[in-house]
Parts: sequence; C-alpha cells; structure tokens
Amino acid sequence: MRTTRRAFLYSSAAAASVALLPAPALAQAKARVIVIGGGFAGATCARELQRAEPRVNVTLVEESPIFTACPFSNSVIAGLRDIGAQRFGYDAVRAEGVAVSQDRAHAVDPQKRLVSLSGGSALGYDRLVLAPGIDIRWGALPGYDEAAAEQMPHAWKAGEQTLLLRRQLEAMADGGTVAISAPANPFRCPPGPYERASLIAYYLKTKKPRSKLIVLDAKDSFSKQRLFQAAWQQLYPGLLEWVSLSNGGKVTSVDPATRTLVTDFASYKADVANVIPPQRAGHIAEAAGVADQTGWCPIDPVSFESRLQPGIHVIGDAAIAGAMPKSAFAANAQAKVCAAAVAALLRDETPSPPKLINTCYSLVAPDYGISIAGVYHPVNGQLADVEGAGGVSPADVSPDFRALEATYAEAWFRTITAQTFG
Amino acid sequence: MSGSARFVKRRVRALTAGTVLLPLVFSAAAVAAEPPAGASSCSGCHAVSAKVDTPVPRIRGRQPAEIVPAIQAFRSGERPSTVMGRIAKGFSDDEIRAIAVWLAAQPAEGR
Repeated sequence: MRTTRRAFLYSSAAAASVALLPAPALAQAKARVIVIGGGFAGATCARELQRAEPRVNVTLVEESPIFTACPFSNSVIAGLRDIGAQRFGYDAVRAEGVAVSQDRAHAVDPQKRLVSLSGGSALGYDRLVLAPGIDIRWGALPGYDEAAAEQMPHAWKAGEQTLLLRRQLEAMADGGTVAISAPANPFRCPPGPYERASLIAYYLKTKKPRSKLIVLDAKDSFSKQRLFQAAWQQLYPGLLEWVSLSNGGKVTSVDPATRTLVTDFASYKADVANVIPPQRAGHIAEAAGVADQTGWCPIDPVSFESRLQPGIHVIGDAAIAGAMPKSAFAANAQAKVCAAAVAALLRDETPSPPKLINTCYSLVAPDYGISIAGVYHPVNGQLADVEGAGGVSPADVSPDFRALEATYAEAWFRTITAQTFG
Repeated sequence: MSGSARFVKRRVRALTAGTVLLPLVFSAAAVAAEPPAGASSCSGCHAVSAKVDTPVPRIRGRQPAEIVPAIQAFRSGERPSTVMGRIAKGFSDDEIRAIAVWLAAQPAEGR
C-alpha cells in the first residue's frame, strides 16, 4: 500500500482548518474513533472498524436503545408485517467491543476534536464518523410541521410514524381516498414512495377495493419507474393514480386540519395523507460544519472524509455520494469502505480507491419484487457509476422471476440486518 | 501536488508520529487481509453469519477456481441471474480474481 497522500483528499479550506488543530486530541495511548448514529451506516462502520483494528477505541453514540429499520417498513404500513420484525438492539455491537453510548450528540468541535453529548460529557476523538441519516426539513413545505406530521404522517423515519400511517389506513372506510406526496430529489430511498404506493394499493385492493390512491409528485421521473408503472397497470388499474410534476403533481402547501394537499392547480382532500417531505442530513452534520448549503454533506469518494472538515467522515443518507442512492445497502457498503479507510489513515497509510455496490429491492406486491443495482467508483472526486454495469430488473419476465426477487428482497433484509445488528 | 496538500501531509504525519502510530503497529498479514476493491460490498447480500436463513449462496471460504468462472459467466449472461449479471458487469477479470482470492482467505462462517 502506498504511503503518499492524495492531494484531493483535502480541499485547501480543509487544509487551513487542519493547521489550527491542537495536538492534545491525538496525544492518547490509543486511537479513538467516535461514530455518531446507529443505523445501517453507523453500526456497521463501528463494528467493522473495531474488528479490523481491535486496538482502536470505538464508541458508537446513538440516542435510541432500539433501531427501527426503514426497509420493509412499507410492508408494516400495508399490514403485511409486524413492526417487531423491524426492530434491532445493540447487544451484538457491544459484544464486538464497541462502546455504545446511549446519548444524543448535540455539538462537535472540529478544531478541538470533541463531541458534546446531551448527558453533559464530552468525548475526544482522533477521527469522527457521522452517520446521522436524515432530518425532516420542517417548514420547507408550508403547513408541514411536527404537529402536522401527527395528522399527515411522513413515516419516513420508521417507528411510531409507521404505525400511525398504518392505523389511519385501517381506520379509513372503504371508498376513501389516500394521498401520498413525494418530494423532489434528493431524498432517502428513491424508490421508497413508489413501493409504498404499491403496497398501500395492495392493501386497498384486498381490504378496501372501492378506495383510491393518488400519488402527487414533485418529479417527472423516479427510480424503477417503468417497472413500477407496468406493475401498477397490471395489478392496480383504476386504483392508483400518479400525477407528475408536469401534470401539476407538486404539492406546494398542506392543511393538516382538513388533510388537504394543495398544488398550483388543485386541492386534494384526503382521508389518509402521507406527506413525504423535503429532507436534509441529520442535525449533527450541520452542527459539525460538514453540511453544505444543500443540507447534505460533500465527501471524498475514497475515504468518505468530509470536504469541509478534516478528521470527520460522513456515510449513509447524510452524505453526497455522487451516483450512489440514499439506501440501506449503500449505507452499509459505504460503512465498510469508510471503516477500512479510517483504519488506513490511523496507520498513516493512504486508503485504496474503492468500488462499491448498491442493490435495492422494492415490493410491488408481496410476491412481486423488482430491483435496481449499481457499481460505483471514484472518478474526478465523485462516486460515479461504472459504465455498463447496474440497472433495473428486466421488463418482460415471468411471474417466477418477480417472485424470486421478492424472496431475495426478504433474504437481503435478514442478511443486512444480521450483519449490522446481529 | 499543491503546496497546501504538502503541508497537510507533513502536518498529519507530525500529529500521528509517536502517538497514534505507537499502539498501531500492524502485521503484514493484517494489511493483506484488507478487502480488495468491491469485495466488502458482497456481504450486503451474501450472508457471512451461519444463522441467516437465505437462498443466496455463501461465498466466503470458497475456492477462486469456483468463484471466478461463476462471476465471469454471470457477467457474460451465460449463467442466468436476477441481479448478479448487472453487478458482475462492473468488474474486470483482475478485480474478480482479487475478490475471489480474498473471499477464499476468509473463514466460511463468521460474524
């Protein structure tokens, strides 16, 4: 492995910050790495790093004792799955030797290399990995604030919001109208709104067949679009309507009191309204100074080190990862590459240029799965698609093929959650 | 290399020398065990833990003579697949071989 560092690892602004670093943060007997956020990115990274370098002190800071997974939470909403199947603890992460601190990180001092916790303590680090996932941009959609989410759930962070949306669907009379508002890019889980629409349509078709579902979209195109639309035509004709941006689908405000979604052209009063709002990186990213004006975090594609603050790495949904989507698979893959890069940097070695894979399954019905895959590598400072690789499931295949991908989707969930939490 | 980057290099070296480096003396074996490009992503679908119930084959501890032709056949389409063909197209023969050698060196069952 070469020991020369690449110039592109650091911007000149970052270099200026490094010059201000005091030495004491590194004057420790053991290297200390803090990982903030215990999801698919953070928990994986903490474990992988601890395993690769047992002599590093790895601390995972996570507020919640239980992680509730977003993948497959659309099946919970549609009544096809118990929320318990989505919940995971951190015992296995602890057993690996990682110190799990159940606390909220509220501030980062990149110069002193300190993380402040809500419990009152401060932790020093040699390298910090941020994996905070997303925060909702409250107020970015007029009328949609935290109180509104109790009437019109986003269900884009799994947990109580997931169950709230499920209860609202269960309480709705047959013949009701369900509306989903899908945001502009970028956002967590690009195919997620359309899988959700599919599985809610499945619920309505099987339980409340006189009902309607309308998807109001701030985009003209979306992930796996042709596959979704072909499946909708086949499985849910007349039940599910998608309104694109060009056709007036962009929701410009909401009224939670009447569950009304307003576009430039019409108002839609729904019996159940699922508003998937604009998002940004979790709050700690902004507090640490690693989020740019977009609200997301620019990173080096080899090490996942922040372009804005040296010594801080950002992985998962919070990162601007070029062509890689904000998916659990991508978060997990980035975490493993980042752990190897952090280990190399602690040895004063240069991380090797990685390749990363993403595979995302969506269910259109319980026995109908579709997928998208990609392979990525660093090109000109960005994670770019490897040309000729990746893409979506074929268009014209047998029901057996769709059923197989549905089976693989469930196996994927068991595999990745076992790797992250098991 | 720009002047600022050179400065960073010296600075980071200076900070780590004698502090972080001291406890972090690694054997050549540990370095060699680092996964080659792309290899760490495999475990997203191919379970490592024996406890996971999955129809997706486990690939650690298998011989390169088995893995390399399989991935090449997925890549060419000679061997049908749902998603492996799309993924294999992102890797050269050399990369596939490096991944296969690394996989073979990993314990078949682990965490």
